[in-house]
Amino acid sequence: MSIRSIKENIVEDTFTEAVETSGRSLIQSAMLRFYRNKAAMLSLIVLCLLILAAIFGPYFVPFNYEDPDWSAFRAPPSFESGHYFGTDQNGRDLLARTLYGTRVSLTVAFVATLVSVLIGVSYGAIAGYLGGRVDQALMRFVDIMYALPYILFVILLMVIFGRNVFLLFAAIGALEWLTMARIVRGQTLSLKEREFIEAARATGLSTPAIIFRHIVPNLAGPVVIYAALTIPEIVATESFLSYLGFGIQEPLTSLGTLIAEGADVMEVLPWLLFFPAAFLVTLLISLLFVGDGLRDAFDSKERKR
Amino acid sequence: MIRYAFNRLLTTIPVLWIAITICFFVLRMAPGGPFDGERPLPEAVKANLAAHYNFDKPLIEQYFIYISDVVRGDLGPSFTTLDFTVSEQIAIGLPYTLILGGAAFFVSILLGVAAGVYGALNRDTYSDHVLAALILTGLVVPNFLVAPIFQLVFGLQLEWFPVGGWGDGSLRYLILPVAVLSLPHIARISRLTRGSMIEALNTNFIRTAHSKGLSDRAIVWRHALRPALMPVISYLGPAAGFLLTGSLVVESIFGIPGIGRYFINAALNRDYGMVLGTVVFYMVLIMLLNLIVDIFYAWLDPRVRTR
Amino acid sequence: MRKKLSLYLLVLSLATLCFGQLNAATLNIHNGGDPSSLDPHKLSGDWENRIAGDIFEGLVTEDIGAEAIPGQAESWTISDDGLVYTFKLRDGISWTDGKPVTAGDFEFALKRLMDPAAAAKYAYLQYPIKNAEAINGGKIKDLNELGVKAIDDKTLEITLEKPTPYFIGALTHYTAYPLPKHVLEAKGDDWVKIDNIVTNGPYKPTEWIPGSHVTTVKNDKYYAADQLAIDSAKFFVLEDETAALKRYRAGEFDILTDFPTDQYEWIKKNLPGQAQVAPFAGLYYYVVNNTKPPFDNADVRKALSMSINREVIGPQILGTGELPAYSWVPPGMANYSEPAYVSWKDLPYGEKVAEAKKLLSAAGYSKDKPLKLQLRYNTNENHKRIAVAIAAMWKPLGVEVELYNTETKVHYDEITKGILEVARAGWLADYNDADNFLNLLKSDVNYNYGRFKNADYDALIDKGNATTDKDERAKLFRQAEQLALDESAAMPIYYYLARNIVSPKVKGYENNAFDIHRTRWMSKED
Repeated sequence: MSIRSIKENIVEDTFTEAVETSGRSLIQSAMLRFYRNKAAMLSLIVLCLLILAAIFGPYFVPFNYEDPDWSAFRAPPSFESGHYFGTDQNGRDLLARTLYGTRVSLTVAFVATLVSVLIGVSYGAIAGYLGGRVDQALMRFVDIMYALPYILFVILLMVIFGRNVFLLFAAIGALEWLTMARIVRGQTLSLKEREFIEAARATGLSTPAIIFRHIVPNLAGPVVIYAALTIPEIVATESFLSYLGFGIQEPLTSLGTLIAEGADVMEVLPWLLFFPAAFLVTLLISLLFVGDGLRDAFDSKERKR
Repeated sequence: MIRYAFNRLLTTIPVLWIAITICFFVLRMAPGGPFDGERPLPEAVKANLAAHYNFDKPLIEQYFIYISDVVRGDLGPSFTTLDFTVSEQIAIGLPYTLILGGAAFFVSILLGVAAGVYGALNRDTYSDHVLAALILTGLVVPNFLVAPIFQLVFGLQLEWFPVGGWGDGSLRYLILPVAVLSLPHIARISRLTRGSMIEALNTNFIRTAHSKGLSDRAIVWRHALRPALMPVISYLGPAAGFLLTGSLVVESIFGIPGIGRYFINAALNRDYGMVLGTVVFYMVLIMLLNLIVDIFYAWLDPRVRTR
Repeated sequence: MRKKLSLYLLVLSLATLCFGQLNAATLNIHNGGDPSSLDPHKLSGDWENRIAGDIFEGLVTEDIGAEAIPGQAESWTISDDGLVYTFKLRDGISWTDGKPVTAGDFEFALKRLMDPAAAAKYAYLQYPIKNAEAINGGKIKDLNELGVKAIDDKTLEITLEKPTPYFIGALTHYTAYPLPKHVLEAKGDDWVKIDNIVTNGPYKPTEWIPGSHVTTVKNDKYYAADQLAIDSAKFFVLEDETAALKRYRAGEFDILTDFPTDQYEWIKKNLPGQAQVAPFAGLYYYVVNNTKPPFDNADVRKALSMSINREVIGPQILGTGELPAYSWVPPGMANYSEPAYVSWKDLPYGEKVAEAKKLLSAAGYSKDKPLKLQLRYNTNENHKRIAVAIAAMWKPLGVEVELYNTETKVHYDEITKGILEVARAGWLADYNDADNFLNLLKSDVNYNYGRFKNADYDALIDKGNATTDKDERAKLFRQAEQLALDESAAMPIYYYLARNIVSPKVKGYENNAFDIHRTRWMSKED
């Protein structure tokens, strides 16, 4: 027994029982429960609005995220000038930059989460399905990785990959897959004893085919929950790295970069902090509520809510 | 148990070695070197410096020199703070980081568990929601933003505490940095506690206890708290690690001379010795902390021992 | 006797600890980064100079306005050919351990500076000394060939390679400080540890906590100790300038050695008279790769340089009002009068842009066939802002800019190797002479990042440096500067400003072009 992280606990406990029941009805009843959870539903709506704003918003803002308005440097928010969020020290429209920053932050979080899911699921499924010595060796490696000071490695990666942000976040995702691998392994261990897997094996399907065609699709529940909980973490990591000066390359920006810059001028140009921070906080809170909601919805244990 | 601990310790050695090796070569692959700077040095001077620090030798030879030094407990020279070796700097900075991290650790547990239990017992009341909202804010506002806000409000406006520095190390200098550092962990621990407490209160044996007429207080303290704290305890190992490495933001904003600052500065300055030194040191520390937490966990939960 | 003295000192220091705020004037200086060493041969930054210059003193030292005045030397003579300097040391100068400072200590220090084994980063500042460059580069092995000789304990003779009008100024630099030979010989590399170090300046270091502060206290053995109004100085480490400003406002610091430019208006309004912004002998510029097409075309370089609206950068983008630069040498350097300026300096901006467009289209670039370039800068809020603004200024010309940001170490590593199209650079004068800036464009120096190569330019500089006639030298230098500007060798952008914040309690602080303010001249009221 070694350290298990917080999320693993939550997700694993939730699913040990969930997996036992039939897949389809579980998802249906979970959807129903999620639908009834007001906080989670509201958060989901807010989240969708934010995503839509990040994708389509920039096309409706009359200003571009990179061109200065030479007549308005450090301008406070105003309706007359059309800079509803004000402008920054380079005369760029903050609304355009905030929307664009939200887009970048979400993309980055999505890329990193995707990488962590891909690696974690394959690794965990392989370890769990093959079992025995292979499983032991693979999981020992995960234990070892857990002991490494994570943030130090992220900084080292920044030093090396400094230039390419998406490559970098792929790399962060590659560090975040550990917990995912453990959860998936646990699920796979119980799945592989099930009849339909036995049946597949009896028909002579190859091992990779069984893993990727029969095991992995049945892991959707825990994977989605865990991924939903990972996204806010990556957004937070991104803003932390921006603070350290390893952020996105100009003229691109991210919420973290905007906040790190805004924090320095909170007394003199408060709007530069307020708007991006409001976006980040809203984004993170709604992500957390959606993640919590998903977890509760899939939790078949009786709960008074 | 001792055998288990010893085995765990033994396995850390190859892990350390692999980590050092990877870091060593990866660092050298990174562009830029310790002697690049605003003022490029004449080639002759650069060559002198390289010779002084063995950089003119083949990389693999430098690697073996470094490894043999580490085995002897010498973390080598620092290229940025020349008057102190890496080991000396860690020795100087460690007490600050430990005091800061340790204080934040206990504050997080204390307040986190208290808030979590309170939330569970007063579930879905108005005060539970207010508390949950506060805690959520602590979780999502980045600490590099909380720190300057606290400095502004509690240091400059209210003048309750000094804005920064360590001063004479008295409590008033500690309060703001500890608060900033522990905030997200208070939030995480309270969310964990609240969840598992609710679960524990719903289990059959608590219901039985209720039916036997035990008071609420007795139930919470005697029966529900212990199982409810299990996930919290397993979070403590990672939390200690996060606190140690997380202190770098707090240290650099408050101007506290702990080791959290070293790593980032060293990585930026290509201070190879210092980067490797801090990595080695943190790994040893985090592994030890994890081991302690594991043993503690096993001691609390007999089921684990048999596994 | 000694025991009694040390007991007395102990009581005294305890008293200072307990009643520090009551009777001792402590100056709290926000000093930015951690010093890399207290050894003057291992330094390279202005934050290190602030400490080193308080604890050591050279033959000459800086006055309140950073002009050279006699320091450990009370007088000197210069031979008629300008090559041999003979210094006479002051009477009664001693190290903090009571041993006298001798000419031998200076000879020892300068030899150690040039010794390749000591690996001194800034050794090249004393390259005017005879054979210095050859010894430091390993071409001459015998350290005794260096042109420095202690005639006796009180007389030091320095011979130069060639006449150097700024040499006395260069001697104020920390590379020319004496070292306590007896301590270095006894303790080796450990001489610099806080418990061992022995210094000769107005202050002595007593405490150093890396990452926090260095403390210095008054050196009673200093020859002018009775004139020191500050009893102790604390140099604080804090890279976060915004946090430093907050601590200043809370009264925790007396002097800030920099401040975030965004706060300037706020500071002027809320802390009136405390921000000190003064011209600084330095140039912020962009280099262009002179060897890479299409930037090898002088017209392309000229078009890029012309279309930068320099008047906007200081007041608008930085907010502290840096003056636009149209010359290579900042105005006011010694041994030089008015610098040369680019010919198009006074055109209205609209005409500059029109002219630049014409030049670019002549070179075959237009909106339809854009000139694509990569603009490099190192991580810093102000560098970023300027790069973003300049990229936007170039956009209407049909120039597509890719911004490329790296850490300082990587930036300089790469641009020194010539990996660049357009890159940000800056230069702060080491000594007060135009030659220090003009050197940056000579074809054989490694900080000529843009690889500007012009034989006439090199010849003019060499010729100027060979003459002893100061006016002739200035004339040749100006010709060279004009040549480089006409060729658009690089793009000067603005002249640096020194930014400090000084508490009204502190007196004896004077703005100067080198931003050097020794604690020795300051006092602090309660």
